[in-house]
Amino acid sequence: MLHCSKPSGPPRHLALVSYRANKRGKNRAVPESLSIIIVEQDKDRAEAIVDSILETGAHEIRVLSEPTGLARFVAEFDPDIVLVDVANPSRDTLEELALASSPLDRPVAMFVDRSDDSLTKAAIDAGVSAYVVDGLRADRIKPVMDAAIARFHVFQRMRTELEATKRALEERKIIDRAKGIVMRNRGIGEDEAYALIRKTAMDQGKKLVDVAQALVTAAELLS
Amino acid sequence: MRTVSLNVGFMPLVDAAPLVIARELGFAEEEGLDLSLQGAPSWSTLRDRLALGQIEAAHMLSPVPIAMALGLGGMATRFDALCVLSINGNVIGVSREMAQDLKANGARLDFLDATTTGQALSSLNKDIRIGVPFPFSMHAELLYYWLDSIGLPSPQGLDVRTIPPPLMSQAIAAGEIDAFCVGEPWGSIAVENGHGELILPGQSIWQFAPEKVLAVRHDWAEAEQDLTGRLMRAVWKAGRWLGDPTKLSTIAEVLSWPEYLGVSAEIIERALSGQMVISQRGETRRVPRMIGFFEGAASFPWKSQAAWIGNRMATRFGLDRVQAAKAASDVFRSDLYRKHLASTGAEMPGASQKVEGAISVPTPVASKAGTLILQPDRFFNGAIFDSSQTS
Repeated sequence: MLHCSKPSGPPRHLALVSYRANKRGKNRAVPESLSIIIVEQDKDRAEAIVDSILETGAHEIRVLSEPTGLARFVAEFDPDIVLVDVANPSRDTLEELALASSPLDRPVAMFVDRSDDSLTKAAIDAGVSAYVVDGLRADRIKPVMDAAIARFHVFQRMRTELEATKRALEERKIIDRAKGIVMRNRGIGEDEAYALIRKTAMDQGKKLVDVAQALVTAAELLS
Repeated sequence: MRTVSLNVGFMPLVDAAPLVIARELGFAEEEGLDLSLQGAPSWSTLRDRLALGQIEAAHMLSPVPIAMALGLGGMATRFDALCVLSINGNVIGVSREMAQDLKANGARLDFLDATTTGQALSSLNKDIRIGVPFPFSMHAELLYYWLDSIGLPSPQGLDVRTIPPPLMSQAIAAGEIDAFCVGEPWGSIAVENGHGELILPGQSIWQFAPEKVLAVRHDWAEAEQDLTGRLMRAVWKAGRWLGDPTKLSTIAEVLSWPEYLGVSAEIIERALSGQMVISQRGETRRVPRMIGFFEGAASFPWKSQAAWIGNRMATRFGLDRVQAAKAASDVFRSDLYRKHLASTGAEMPGASQKVEGAISVPTPVASKAGTLILQPDRFFNGAIFDSSQTS
């Protein structure tokens, strides 16, 4: 059988932060509260997720920032839900836990709730995967998942925006260089050079940046 | 033929080559397909993307669709394995500390001999933590098969852990594991980084192990028969091209591109050529059939290969072995292979099952064209597996 090593105290190298929604004793005793582990390396992102989820209830949340020792950590803290970025390679380690439990352990961790495909799909689309203890009622999972999904959508939008901005900057740099080449070679002004590149692109049915790139490449080859 | 776009997922490994080559060398285009290849961060994410319909097909560990058919692990969607993408391709390596222990213990390791290497590990009399890429993988199956058969002094001292292939080298450097079984190029990367030494290729445990398959949703293969056929033909033609030994450097070059493996072509070429560098001292070993894409009807999805995997998993997880072997066989679609590749000239064996482990030298067998030569498929311990006798 596959098994993970026996828990022997929290591994030393784990960077671990605990969040409690309230200070009154152990939250596990309160039926509405869930014990949740979030695997996230970026501190700001982790805090944003924690904030979103705490709005849904007085949950006990732990953030794990180092993926090493994940299986041991989860076995140790025995959470109701583990949330991990779909893009995190360490996710595969959690798959092992579905097999690790003996019949005497708490029921195995499962990928979201099998009965709710749309929730699973929404989660994967947003970029978060969840492992949930088998048997946990869907109405208890849903608010947490909804909050996590909404938060991950925000992250995704930010990532897309960042990439778009980066690309736009790159393109502007290339276009500026191409303009410079045209200005030098034809002795014309900046606006005129830009208009010429734009016209060429339109005539050839190409993107402005592609024509600019071709110019820059050609100039490099000829210099 | 109207060109259709297909989203296909892969993990960054040498054995993703049939998909990469199908796209880059135009075999997909010939079939009117525009393959959009999407790298995945982990096997579970790749499986989920396929199950949830974000991609149409995936490069998949051969045991994953079988595990799903047996109800093991998350996600219960039914997948079909349309063909085998690659044979063999894994290596087993140890940390430098364990390599030193083996030497101090007087072990004389023959890189191709699973018996002596296994006994050397066993006689260390130590608990061993081994990393594999996924709980359901040929890596895990080969390891358990090998070490069960060798007999460890304390089987409970074997601790098998899941570590994604690109992180294997790091895990051994961090002392999280003592050994690993991983697909290339990640074993060679561990050698290159000076973190590990290779001790055994996977093919020394089973000479003809179906490593990766082309997986699709069962419902998709049923509903999109035309596309299924086109995809299978494109991948089969890529496999045939990959079987040409003069193409090695081109394959390595294309795979090294950042959108695929992002690893130097020289390291990728080691597995393709079978010239493995096993330690940082630069010792090399020649491994026959280190990885295979074409020879010996490599892509044919033998029902008996699936049954072997199903039988092994059933034994490990306490399931009914006869039922498991049957359910597993249904996943490997040799029927679709025969149907959709009939026009390509692919070698079609006369039967869809063989006795696994029975072939020790290249052997001609009955096929439609009469020219199929099956390659050796022995298990290291000489066992045979006859799926018609499973009970």
